[in-house]
Amino acid sequence: MPTYVRTDKCDGCKGQDKTACMYICPHDLMKLDKDGSETGHAMKAFNQEPDQCWECYSCVKICPQQAIEVRHYADIVPLGGSVQPLRGSDSIMWTIKFRNGTLKRFKFPIRTTPEGSIDPYAGKPMPKIADIEKPGFFTKGYAKGYRAGNPAELIRK
Amino acid sequence: MADFSNPEVVQEEVDILIIGGGMASCGAAYEVVRWAEAAKAETGVDLKIKLVDKAAIDRSGAVAQGLSAINTYIGDTQDPADYARMVSNDLMGITRDDLTYDCGRHVDDSVHMFEEWGLPIWKTDENGERHDGAQGMTPLKDGGKCVRSGKWQIMINGESYKWIVAEAAKKALGLDRIQERVFIVHLINDKNDPNRIAGAAGFSVRENKVYIYKAKAILLAAGGCVNIFRPRSVGEGQGRVWYAVWNAGSTYAMAAEAGAELTMMENRFVPARFKDGYGPVGTWFLLFKAQATNAFGEAYMAKNKDMLNDYPPYGQAAVPASCLRNHLMLHEMQEGRGPIWMDTITALAKMRKKLTPREVKNLEAEAWEDFLDMSVGQCGIWVGENVDPGKKKSELMPTEPYLLGSHSGCCGMWVSGPTDVGAPTKEEYSGVPAHLPSGWSWGYRSMTTVKGLFTAGDGVGASGHKFSSGSHAEGRIAAKGMVKYCLDNKGFKPEFNETPEQIAEVIWKPVRNYLEFKDYTTAIDVNPNYITPKMLQFRLQKIMDEYVAGIATYYKTNNVMLDIAEEKLGFLKEDAQKMRAKDLHELLRAWENYHRILTAEAHMKHIQFREESRYPGFYYRMDKNFVDEKNWHCFVNSIYDKKTHTWTCFKRKHVDLVDKSKLFKAAAH
Ligand SMILES: Cc1cc2nc3c(=O)[nH]c(=O)nc-3n(C[C@H](O)[C@H](O)[C@H](O)COP(=O)(O)OP(=O)(O)OC[C@H]3O[C@@H](n4cnc5c(N)ncnc54)[C@H](O)[C@@H]3O)c2cc1C
Ligand code: SF4
Ligand code: SF4
Repeated sequence: MPTYVRTDKCDGCKGQDKTACMYICPHDLMKLDKDGSETGHAMKAFNQEPDQCWECYSCVKICPQQAIEVRHYADIVPLGGSVQPLRGSDSIMWTIKFRNGTLKRFKFPIRTTPEGSIDPYAGKPMPKIADIEKPGFFTKGYAKGYRAGNPAELIRK
Repeated sequence: MADFSNPEVVQEEVDILIIGGGMASCGAAYEVVRWAEAAKAETGVDLKIKLVDKAAIDRSGAVAQGLSAINTYIGDTQDPADYARMVSNDLMGITRDDLTYDCGRHVDDSVHMFEEWGLPIWKTDENGERHDGAQGMTPLKDGGKCVRSGKWQIMINGESYKWIVAEAAKKALGLDRIQERVFIVHLINDKNDPNRIAGAAGFSVRENKVYIYKAKAILLAAGGCVNIFRPRSVGEGQGRVWYAVWNAGSTYAMAAEAGAELTMMENRFVPARFKDGYGPVGTWFLLFKAQATNAFGEAYMAKNKDMLNDYPPYGQAAVPASCLRNHLMLHEMQEGRGPIWMDTITALAKMRKKLTPREVKNLEAEAWEDFLDMSVGQCGIWVGENVDPGKKKSELMPTEPYLLGSHSGCCGMWVSGPTDVGAPTKEEYSGVPAHLPSGWSWGYRSMTTVKGLFTAGDGVGASGHKFSSGSHAEGRIAAKGMVKYCLDNKGFKPEFNETPEQIAEVIWKPVRNYLEFKDYTTAIDVNPNYITPKMLQFRLQKIMDEYVAGIATYYKTNNVMLDIAEEKLGFLKEDAQKMRAKDLHELLRAWENYHRILTAEAHMKHIQFREESRYPGFYYRMDKNFVDEKNWHCFVNSIYDKKTHTWTCFKRKHVDLVDKSKLFKAAAH
């Protein structure tokens, strides 16, 4: 189900030098048609290789204008359904419409800390180079995740 | 001014270069900066570090879309040895216990950090009821209880999993040490020591620029490989493969060309998933306890149980190897009893009886979230076909084959392991090329057989089942090895044989092919002087599908078919010199497909060399359709010579470091 961009909603990310959808697509599919020569719609984005789309929804979730939607792969899926997210800072809302009209809505948490708040080394110990060849990360004593294992299990040691 | 016919060449010299920004590399980034700080404080050495990715690391790699479970979490009641045993059995006995054990003892540290950074992890309360990860319950690190969907898996609300892990990596590195949208094309060996790494080169997919990096140490962690086989859907839906469509075997191809020893490239993964959308089945099988049946409602795992006895001891573990579960499914399909159903109706009905009313209310949301978090495309199919899982069953289908080393597969590079777990210190088989190391450890943890070249995640072979968390942990393990290597090799100055112009010319060749010949014909895509990346990929997929055990032959091949494939792949490799690129996007596709061809060739050569069928259900060599424990309970490794374009395959002895007999019940004959 490749993505498509709605002409009525896309504003080309207001002419900034990189658009959100181009920035995020892991497969380099979204492209801004600056002069309209490729689509007939200047300053709007499009999916340049729909048959390579993984439907990962990265572009759908990031588009500030909600301009990107998905039409399920035409060679597989009957028309009429849709799956559309609205991603906020701590949760995501999904609106799911079936071909027969049934509607469902789900909301799921996506993170428990404010976006951008990670302070990676705050409160973590500084390692000693003398320990660099020993098992365990610099967070060993802190994260309490190192599992030393029962030595008796190692049959050749 | 640089333009499409005349790219700018950007050169940079660093100590540590990280290629890829996936789970493994994000782990490496987090760990490496801290040890580099320690190195600076203690020794005064200031290590220069850079991470490059072909995409944006917020959403790059296999976790771009999110995940609904962390598949490797040991917890405090299981032993790393139990984990090593499970991995070994799932991969038909041929894995390196030193690597899996080491991953097992480190992995939970990463999971605890993910939770601290903000990843919501489901919890069980004191009454045994489950709650989503936003309820502010005790973190795992402090004794909180996770929700196990299987022995090793824990449930998460993982839509933003990659976003969160990438944020920590980006903060650790700082943005000026990250270069996004640069695709690395090849590694460069040192001028004075061809078995040492000295750098890497690639290009920007946004600007007409070639990037050349000199580096003392490199982490090559560019994921696994998809789309070397013809996918089941060949129209608009061909992007909906199970594995992340953008990982093109760069890890294996670039390692091979640099001379690194590969291992178990014959291994592949053929997941059985929900048909067409390839939605995950783990939650349905493990958490919802659903059963898979044939067309007529027969539970084929039970019905065909005796077939497992053909493959002792791997079929006799409490959980038989993944490939053998496929083997039983394929039997039904080939006998004409398809399709295979996932019986979602019965599963949900039973769950409703078992759960508390509050949990029942959440059940439907949980089922949908499983797809929405990691395979939205499956929801697309369900809504298009009006599937309500409580009322309508869904089909399962084995996919086209993929190559990877961190999920349920074990191809990759042969790396130096830990020294404290009893791993062999010498090789007992002859036939290993003399310049290669002999035991399982040769100095720096996670280093390949090429000095200074390290890998993690999908790049590490003969292990597997690390998944997202274990890949992150492996990246962190490799980071320590790289810092140590750089400190020990302070005086080393990487040098290239090739000039920057020569390096750039090789990368720009597909553009040159296009510019030189484009006006020879009126139709831009049909030209005797070049081949489009798309056609190159179609040809590769056709060869692999029809001769190297793809879906066309129900995963079957034989020595004659493999010989034909070898010849055809040879032509294809030659024609790859005539790839064209009409823009930067196509240049990306051109080099991705070049990496695919080499990866595919490695896969074919290994299957040809291993004269048995080690993974029934993933592939069958019909001329050797058995598992031969006497002659082939060993690693198959290889090296590639980029000058002669030839492969050398050889055996290495397999050794158990943990006792595997605990897994097996006596064969029921
Ligand atoms: C469909 C699917 C479902 C999964 N489900 C789960 C699950 O439920 N739980 C779980 O724990 N794990 C799961 N996994 C496994 C997990 O995603 C992987 O184990 C993990 O992502 C591997 O990490 P990696 O760093 O090796 O590769 P990746 O995370 O894939 O990263 C590879 C990186 O390399 C970059 N790259 C590729 N080629 C180049 C190049 N030539 N130059 C520069 N950069 C390049 C890519 O952009 C990417 O950033 C799943 C995987 C898949 C595919
Ligand atoms: S992100 Fe949205 S608004 Fe911006 S260019 Fe893409 S489709 Fe248009
Ligand atoms: S859904 Fe994913 S693969 Fe498809 S265009 Fe959007 S970001 Fe790219």
